[in-house]
Amino acid sequence: MQTILLFSRFTRGSAKLILRGPRSYWVWLAFLAFLIVSGLFAYTAQVQTGLALSAMRDQVSWGFYIGNFTFLVGVAAAAVILVIPAYVYDWKPIREIVIYGELLAISAIVMCLLFVLVDIGRPDRFWHLIPPFGYLNFPQSILAWDVLVLNLYFVINFVVATHILYRAFHGRKYAKRLVVPLVLLSIPMAVGIHTVTAFLYNGLAARPYWNSSILAPQFLASAFCSGPAILLVVLQLLRRFTRFEIQDQAIWKIAELMAYAMFLNLFLHGAEAFKEFYSDTEHLLYTKYWYTGLGDHRTLVPYAWSAVALNVVAFALFIVPAARRHWLTLNIGCLATYAGVYIEKGMGLIIPGLTPDTLGEIYEYYPTLTELRVAAGIFALGFLIFTLMLKVAVPISLGEFMRRESQQELLDPVTQRG
Amino acid sequence: MTTPEKPKVSRRLFAASGASAAAWVLTACGPRRLHEVPRDRLRVAIREMERKYSQQAGKEVKVSDAGALPGVEFAYALDISRCIGCRRCVYACVEENNQSRNPQLHWIKVLSMEKEKGVDFSHADPYYHPATVPEEGHFYVPVACQQCKNPPCTKVCPTGATWTEPDGIVVIDYDWCIGCRYCMAACPYGARHFNWAEPVLPADAVNTDTHYLGNRPRPKGVVEKCTFCIQRTRAGKYPACVDVCPAGARKFGNLLDKDSEIRYIIEHKRVLVLKEELNTVPRFFYFYAT
Repeated sequence: MQTILLFSRFTRGSAKLILRGPRSYWVWLAFLAFLIVSGLFAYTAQVQTGLALSAMRDQVSWGFYIGNFTFLVGVAAAAVILVIPAYVYDWKPIREIVIYGELLAISAIVMCLLFVLVDIGRPDRFWHLIPPFGYLNFPQSILAWDVLVLNLYFVINFVVATHILYRAFHGRKYAKRLVVPLVLLSIPMAVGIHTVTAFLYNGLAARPYWNSSILAPQFLASAFCSGPAILLVVLQLLRRFTRFEIQDQAIWKIAELMAYAMFLNLFLHGAEAFKEFYSDTEHLLYTKYWYTGLGDHRTLVPYAWSAVALNVVAFALFIVPAARRHWLTLNIGCLATYAGVYIEKGMGLIIPGLTPDTLGEIYEYYPTLTELRVAAGIFALGFLIFTLMLKVAVPISLGEFMRRESQQELLDPVTQRG
Repeated sequence: MTTPEKPKVSRRLFAASGASAAAWVLTACGPRRLHEVPRDRLRVAIREMERKYSQQAGKEVKVSDAGALPGVEFAYALDISRCIGCRRCVYACVEENNQSRNPQLHWIKVLSMEKEKGVDFSHADPYYHPATVPEEGHFYVPVACQQCKNPPCTKVCPTGATWTEPDGIVVIDYDWCIGCRYCMAACPYGARHFNWAEPVLPADAVNTDTHYLGNRPRPKGVVEKCTFCIQRTRAGKYPACVDVCPAGARKFGNLLDKDSEIRYIIEHKRVLVLKEELNTVPRFFYFYAT
């Protein structure tokens, strides 16, 4: 009974927080709502007509949706780069922002699952995957593995984040016995979701572009760039618009770690490109399609080189201490990282993997308006979830929003501030 | 004040509701994979399919549930030196197997290759359209499902909606497939095809002799592929493409029968399989008879 009462207070409190905000907050929400509705309309049409409304065909049977899915698995996994130093080395400045990494992971996983849902031909049959009503082809199918690890990762992050916030709301410290083991488990899980997603492609001998053992390490390296890139921007925004404090040191440290990750990412790409171009086998076709195009088929070439340029710029900005400490160059670096990894891991991974197709035909895939609208809708929904969670999490973790009684019990100078 | 007739009515009602409850337990308990469904429930499901397809086509459609025969493992051989690239097999297959006419869906793809280059997919042309075939300097390689012994497509399926039958035919349960297309990414032969839109099959074009694992009509959003004409071959007939080939380039038979033509070809001709290095172990052989 007591629990129900406490919980209903928490929910009512959260609802109150969500419904209060400045004008810019409502404009942002309206913008997201517009994209979500547009995406819903596009998706409804896609369900009625079929995936023929996408540019995907038998030759290129996966496209923009699965590319976004892959990218977002990386974003979700990247919470780990913050969790490791925070909990393993107990490095304080980062510790206080781990919760935001977890909230980002939750939103990213929701987007991942939605991107898979909109890609399948029979969304009405998704329950065929869920035993005992359905049948999950585990351990044979790597997709079955992915379903398991993604959902498990989601549950872990959800439990940890809501537990910490719920306790903080009632003015209590989180239960170490619950949180620490779960956080420690989430580290291998984060590596796990990304490795399994890489293996999804990696295990297909029919697609030489993916069938390279460098794929999983390269996935991890690029994930450790893109996830923190989003988080760094979010943290700066929070610092600007709320009383949320975060030390410069923490931001610089994350930027430094991103530089190493980006170096590794570029190095692995270079290693792969060397192997392909120097050995010059029939498998070179796919890499060529990405970097140079095949004959007149050059749709992806500008994207390939933009990704390379963006990644190199990001690396240069983050490796030079003065540049990563300057706010302008830091943020340019973040955007470059985000864009570079988004291109190389979305279009750059999926499309050349399937072009030319297994019988040598070149079908040039380029997403249709339906695909773009559905994808924008999913991103908007993800950002909406992230925004609302932040709206609740920031005041709670700042101690601005607690039950009055518990505030009385905790009259120490830190929570009293403001 | 009860009349003696009344109990009779309620007994009938009781029997009827009991029977429908039993039917519900058998059928409506939720669909299950046809792979694991018990024989009696399969029959109920098949009767339901026949009812539905007959209604759609406006004529009686039969759905066979013929199983694999013991001692039979089907295999195919195609004589590259005889194929003239006429694509009659492609269209015979469409008619036999109830493929969608709009958008057109073909289980067989004929590739035109240059004699100078040999079997080289990166120089193959699936859209050749000269006035007459065969073209000078070209040969033709028709490709459909290779019915692999080590199929990469079935192991990746997350729902177990595709599997190998005991006679070697790789089949799909169209009622269980969720349309994730992982199998299409895994197939090295482009043999799997997706229904990107609602398949259009005019009623007068429906082939009414179907098999539940083969050519019964498919819905939108699922994957389909060649089944060696399971509805014909399990009834002792040749696949439609074998029958229609004007050049006699297509051979079909039982791999386990020592005296079969297919065994003779494998033992005496120059035989190759596509993408041998991938270890898919196809049951589809290409050979040069002349």
